[in-house]
Amino acid sequence: MNYSELLAFIVPETLLVLAALGALLIDLTTMRGRPLNERMKWAMGLSCLGCGVAAAACFLGAETTPTGYLDGMFVFNPLTRLVKIVILLLTAITAILSVDSKFTEHVGEYFALLLLATVGMMFLVSSENILLIFISLELLSLCLYVMTAFNKQNIQSAEAALKYFLFGGMAAAFLLFGLSLVYGLSGEINLTKIAAKIAGPKLDPLLVLALLMVVIGFGFKVAAVPFHLWAPDTYQGAPLPSAAFIASGSKVASFFILAKVMIVGFAGAEGSGAWRGYLQGWMPVLALVAALSVVLGNLAAIAQTSVRRLLAYSAIAQAGYILIGLLANQRADGLASVLYYVTTYALTTLGAFGVVAVVQERTGDDKLSAFAGLSRRAPLVSFCMMIFLLSLAGIPPLAGFFGKFFLFKSALFIQGAAQPLGLLWLVILALAMSAVSLYYYLQVLKQIYVIEAPTGAESAKVTPLARTILLLLALAIVILGSAPNLLLEPLTSAIKAAGF
Amino acid sequence: MLAWTIYISFLGVAVLLALKPDDARGARIVAMLASVTGLLVALAGALQYSTDAGLVTVADKPWIPQLSIRYTLAVDGISLTLLVLTGIAAVVGVLFSWNIEHRTKEFFAFYLALIGGVYGVFLSFDLFLLFVFYELAIVPKYFLIAIWGSTNREYGAMKLALYSFVGSTMVLIGLLAAYVTAGGNTFNLVELAKFPFPREFQMWAFPLVFVGFAILAGLWPFHTWAPTGHVAAPTAASMLLAGVIMKLGAYGCLRVAMVLFPLGLGEWEHAVLGLSSWREVFGLLAVIGIVYGAMVALVQKDFKFVIGYSSVSHMGFVLLGLMTLTTIGLSGAVLQMFSHGIIAGLLFAVVGRMVYDRTHTRVLDELETMRLSKVIPFAAVTFVVAGLASMGMPGFSGFVAELQVLIGAWKAFPTFAVFGGLGVLIGVAYTLRAIQKAFFSGEDAPMNNHPTEHEPKFNPISTPERVGAALLIAITLLIGLYPKLLLDLIVPALNSPLMSGILKVGAP
Repeated sequence: MNYSELLAFIVPETLLVLAALGALLIDLTTMRGRPLNERMKWAMGLSCLGCGVAAAACFLGAETTPTGYLDGMFVFNPLTRLVKIVILLLTAITAILSVDSKFTEHVGEYFALLLLATVGMMFLVSSENILLIFISLELLSLCLYVMTAFNKQNIQSAEAALKYFLFGGMAAAFLLFGLSLVYGLSGEINLTKIAAKIAGPKLDPLLVLALLMVVIGFGFKVAAVPFHLWAPDTYQGAPLPSAAFIASGSKVASFFILAKVMIVGFAGAEGSGAWRGYLQGWMPVLALVAALSVVLGNLAAIAQTSVRRLLAYSAIAQAGYILIGLLANQRADGLASVLYYVTTYALTTLGAFGVVAVVQERTGDDKLSAFAGLSRRAPLVSFCMMIFLLSLAGIPPLAGFFGKFFLFKSALFIQGAAQPLGLLWLVILALAMSAVSLYYYLQVLKQIYVIEAPTGAESAKVTPLARTILLLLALAIVILGSAPNLLLEPLTSAIKAAGF
Repeated sequence: MLAWTIYISFLGVAVLLALKPDDARGARIVAMLASVTGLLVALAGALQYSTDAGLVTVADKPWIPQLSIRYTLAVDGISLTLLVLTGIAAVVGVLFSWNIEHRTKEFFAFYLALIGGVYGVFLSFDLFLLFVFYELAIVPKYFLIAIWGSTNREYGAMKLALYSFVGSTMVLIGLLAAYVTAGGNTFNLVELAKFPFPREFQMWAFPLVFVGFAILAGLWPFHTWAPTGHVAAPTAASMLLAGVIMKLGAYGCLRVAMVLFPLGLGEWEHAVLGLSSWREVFGLLAVIGIVYGAMVALVQKDFKFVIGYSSVSHMGFVLLGLMTLTTIGLSGAVLQMFSHGIIAGLLFAVVGRMVYDRTHTRVLDELETMRLSKVIPFAAVTFVVAGLASMGMPGFSGFVAELQVLIGAWKAFPTFAVFGGLGVLIGVAYTLRAIQKAFFSGEDAPMNNHPTEHEPKFNPISTPERVGAALLIAITLLIGLYPKLLLDLIVPALNSPLMSGILKVGAP
């Protein structure tokens, strides 16, 4: 093994670690005793710089790792590059959205954790080796637990973190157990080699057990029913930027690795979740999880009065939609639809959390009633929120609509199929539930646009930076929705280049 | 050029958003300009169109090549008819909302977004694009009603939005299934219509898509959004709802559901409850809608509910016309779409703008005491004319349209035609009752013409109202007296190859 070669491949990750250490260092030395606001700005600037440089390094590092390099421990190809750039972008936006928050005095630690979590995601994305997948996943999770608990004045934050940690620890145990069974069955830790070993006409019962455990482990990360219990509390209790990060960046990375493990690692054990065409494998399991998530997420969201909880249940429902894309018969198509959806979804959620931050800053509350009459006081922010929520509801021409369409199309489309439209049951369920979802998104928009503002409410203050970011996010949603090619084109070519 | 109807509307939205929040006058002018230009473009397109041109492509560019989705706009006679209707409704709607002072800029922004979406639906020949525009029209409706509406507005708005969304979900399921079954190579309506979908597939896909669209067309028993929505909406929005949005549904039924899945209209193997095809099922529902809507309108206490239920009844004729599957019935249906758009607009204008904005009540019993025929005679005269047109008086457009539908229905299912005729009769009854109660009752005034002390004083009818009413009356008369203007557009479109599948099922 040649260390200098490896170091050349992991330049972006290294740069990001340096940025994390740098943020920690300057906050504890030069910025010591300065006002919070200023420290936040510096740390944010450094984090964004780190993300930018790392993204540039990803972009310029054109070389791809040779096949079989380090037994799949580190894979760098056009696809992982693209996903890494998306993750870095999401981290940078999270950092910018954090800049006005006042939940902590420990600025340097917070931003260092944010960047370290990102490093975890980047390794996670780059790995095709179950050992390293588990380690990166733990690096990511540990950072997220701490970030959730970061608001020490708020007991909700601690409760959320504990809940998140306990569920997370349990899920990690399941995942590890599942992966160890896989290793025991195949004697391999590389996804491609595992697939070659376990493929066969009949599935080993032990493998089915392993599959279930792996699905539990990842199901927790992506907050799919029935492993979703942590999500509402974490989304509500965590400091707002942490919650936004959990809902965006971490979702992208988790869905990508879930897709990779399932599609590459368990190729040959797919089975089928088609109506009256059940075949043992991971597809029927995921189909069931998707169906449950879509139904429970959407129905539970109706009853919420806190917008952050509402976003949490909506995230559960969205996870269900995304899982449907994984059931695609043509895996390139399925992967493209999953990545398109999860990317646009992450941008949308970040925007929605950004608006919630604006409101919470002003009223100290994230209740639905806190949004009353927002459009009269902050027309631009309200308009952005309308775009975010309508995109989540899947109204064209926003990104959420095309994303859903593409997911469902990929799930249904089977070239020359013996059983066409086998997954139609799931698509019908998902579409019916998305009709339900319009109701609760409209409830929020009703508060913003229809209800009169309580008397005496002053106009909301939005910093120019936050406003610019929100506007850019809204613009991105509109553009990606009306010209999906802009993202789809690089995605499909990267997926093709990565050999799917 | 016709594509500009869409762009101008959305351009109008953009300009409105850039205006200052309190610039009500500017907002009105922008909205007026945008809608008049839209109408002119639509009219110019209709005049340029030669009747034997068939399907004329307006724009055709690749949009999402990975999924073979194209940006295809095209027109034939049916689309042109409805484009012109949209243009007229848009202009008149702005005229009748001239008095909106509350958040004027936002009102017209939502209004123009809605109009833009409607133009888009009537122009799209790529089904993905059509669906995009179709859903685009849902959201502005919600806000128009919820913010500027009256009675029970939030309930009415939410009900309307959810009904629309459920309908469009059914449509999307059908379209996705059709697209995937046809190999995922095209979303073009003309291409997809050529694909031989298996008969069993069409048998479930047709009712799914048809009902999905028909919800918006007010098909009984899915019509309940219509009266509450119409009543809750501000005047311009109810004019658009009845005038254009319900036509979106009917247009979708004809253009998408029936064209794509004509075999779904064919006979079943077994008759169920005496009905032997989806065609008969929907024909029956349409007739129930006609009679039921009319009978419910007869007993309403709220003036606007009378008009709301009358819309359900009149839209029943459209759906009945569609189910005849004959040229005359179908052309009657399309003509009725146009005619009802104009007449319902006029009726809502009188009730919502001329009467309600002045009296602040729509309860017929209260209006009875106000002797409105003396106080606002213009409203009374307009409503009498509109009422005559609505009840199918020869010389107005409604007569020609409903007559054609009934003739078509007589050939296809005579029993239904008889009940449809009964609906027309009840229509006369509820219209006359409304006229009498709202305008021509109350104690006789003293013989002198001076207003007495207790006589309510209202603002005189404004110029925009007069212009709008005159425009609508002129159009319904024009089409009533010379229906050939539109029939020359509609009939060739119905005889085009695209529709041949439908007519074939109707006349085996």
